[in-house]
Amino acid sequence: MNAFDLIRSAVKNSLRSKTRTTLTVLAIFIGAFTLTLTSGVGTGINQYIDTMVASIGADDVLTVTKAAEDTGDGPVEYDPDTTTVAAAGPPGTTVVTLSSADLDTIGDVDGVLSVEPQLRVSPDFVRVDGGTAYEASVGSFIPGMALDLAAGAEPDSASDAYEVAVPVSYVDALGFTSDADAVGATLTFGVMDVAGTSSLVTATIVGVAEEGLVGSSAFTANEVLTEALYDTQSVGLSESSKDSYSSAVVRFDETGTDADLTALKDSLAELGYTGTTVQDSIGSFKAVIDGIVLVLNAFAVIALLAAGFGIVNTLLMSVQERTREIGLMKAMGLGGGKIFGLFSLEAVFIGLMGSAIGVGVGMLAGAGANAVLADTLLADLPGLTLVAFDPAALATIVLTVMGLAFLAGTIPALRAARQDPIESLRYE
Amino acid sequence: MPVPILAARDIHKSYGRGATRFDALKGVSLDIQQGESVAIVGKSGSGKSTLMHLLALLDNPSTGAVELSGRDASSLNGKLVNQTRNETFGFVFQQFFLTPNTSVLDNVTLPLQIAGIRGAERKRRGMAALEQLELADKARNKATDLSGGQKQRVVIARALVNNPSVIFADEPTGNLDSATGKVVEDILFSLQEEKGITLIIVTHDEDLAARCDRRVYIRDGLISDTLHAAPAAPIAQEVRA
Repeated sequence: MNAFDLIRSAVKNSLRSKTRTTLTVLAIFIGAFTLTLTSGVGTGINQYIDTMVASIGADDVLTVTKAAEDTGDGPVEYDPDTTTVAAAGPPGTTVVTLSSADLDTIGDVDGVLSVEPQLRVSPDFVRVDGGTAYEASVGSFIPGMALDLAAGAEPDSASDAYEVAVPVSYVDALGFTSDADAVGATLTFGVMDVAGTSSLVTATIVGVAEEGLVGSSAFTANEVLTEALYDTQSVGLSESSKDSYSSAVVRFDETGTDADLTALKDSLAELGYTGTTVQDSIGSFKAVIDGIVLVLNAFAVIALLAAGFGIVNTLLMSVQERTREIGLMKAMGLGGGKIFGLFSLEAVFIGLMGSAIGVGVGMLAGAGANAVLADTLLADLPGLTLVAFDPAALATIVLTVMGLAFLAGTIPALRAARQDPIESLRYE
Repeated sequence: MPVPILAARDIHKSYGRGATRFDALKGVSLDIQQGESVAIVGKSGSGKSTLMHLLALLDNPSTGAVELSGRDASSLNGKLVNQTRNETFGFVFQQFFLTPNTSVLDNVTLPLQIAGIRGAERKRRGMAALEQLELADKARNKATDLSGGQKQRVVIARALVNNPSVIFADEPTGNLDSATGKVVEDILFSLQEEKGITLIIVTHDEDLAARCDRRVYIRDGLISDTLHAAPAAPIAQEVRA
């Protein structure tokens, strides 16, 4: 019997007892459907986190701060040579600032391609054409970042022109009719220096950015604009004050291995600096999501295992019913191996039907859920597709189910292959 | 004397062991020539079916040997035994063993499918075998929808489709009324005469056995008697013609 005939016969045989096959396929369908949805949710949320991560930092960038003195042993003695600034975190959190000398030291560390101070700029307000002024925070655009854009383009870090991307929530307030309308307009920043003098800096709006889960509602400025704002707000500061930064941005070779990155972090730690990648700060989110998805997937796999026993049962009944047919085929010279193949292919075909229908319906249900949720529960999280499908993951589901079906089919298939033709033909 | 196509050399066959041991055959020797028709006659439990199974290479003797064209069958590997059964033997069973819900043509071409022959060639040879048994118009019917006589003719077509040199028939008329049985008998013997196919018929029907060239009587696992048909057989042929 050639391979084509084997497959054809297996398919035909599996369709012979329609009710039985349908029920078994249904059991597999439930498992595959659940697995499709759970893994789809995992993929969707992780894709969203990836987008968010990309919008707040590049892959090849370390944020370096001076490691704070250990406060676990009581109050730290005052050192007049260090300065501290308030930093993000719980109230009272401060970091020791970095000076130009620190930047040079960091720049000399092996593996550091470049080091730039992270300039913290805090304009008093933004407005368009003398309209209403709004409070705003500004972040700097680092090459390699990927903003989740609603319109326009990312600020060009190589450009000499002042460019800025505005958060989507400011579009209406600033008086634009649409996201696209904002692109190309001129935005005015109001900056007050140390002496209390207010000055204005104007920049071109090049893009409108979606607000993300972690991407704040900050304006994103390109490097020349950030420097201009910093210089403006620093007028009147002493050189040493102006030359102190809360953190520095270090670029490294992203083609290097994780071990290279660890070595770089260790070298920085030895010198008293702490290097953090975006992945370090956001990665823990993913670990939690992955954990939840793993538990959900485990439930789906349990359903599939139960369905596997359904396949065993179905095929054992089929072998029993077809005892004489098997005996006849053996008497006519069909080898045990081919008989085994015939029954295990039948199992694999049942697995294929169940998983293909399960994955297909799962995708439809996921698309439906996305459409409903995007306007209701998840309306505040633009850009989040709750259920996303990765072709590789879907193919893995189908192949896994087929593999499971094959394993389940081996028990009945072996029984059929080992049948004695004489006994089988005598069987009434 | 030519080399027999099938021969049994002092074969013993026993089932079980110890107190439950049962000796089905206790030393049977038999030569069957190409083109011969042999009836193996005996009551149920005499060992006649066991002898047929051994000759058809469906089972191995406990001691002794089955020779296929002079070659000891135990020296053949499993694949070659399967191939021999597929290409050299045809089987006709009392209970038909047709696959239900499958077309007559597919039933007939099962040996060809097992041999791995392609669809178009399979169909051509299957239809030729059905035409020979005047069943070509039933090719598309379900096998289960046929009458007993038609079913047995389908079984004979299936046994013939591979152009075998030996046909084993186990009580071929056992499930048929006498008129239909007569038709099936005529078909089998005409195949022997026209195509030179060796016919090995297991039966307890004396009338059917009497039409064979040779009757081998089996009793309690031994050959008790062998009768040759009267040499008048050629005359009978002339009468029919």
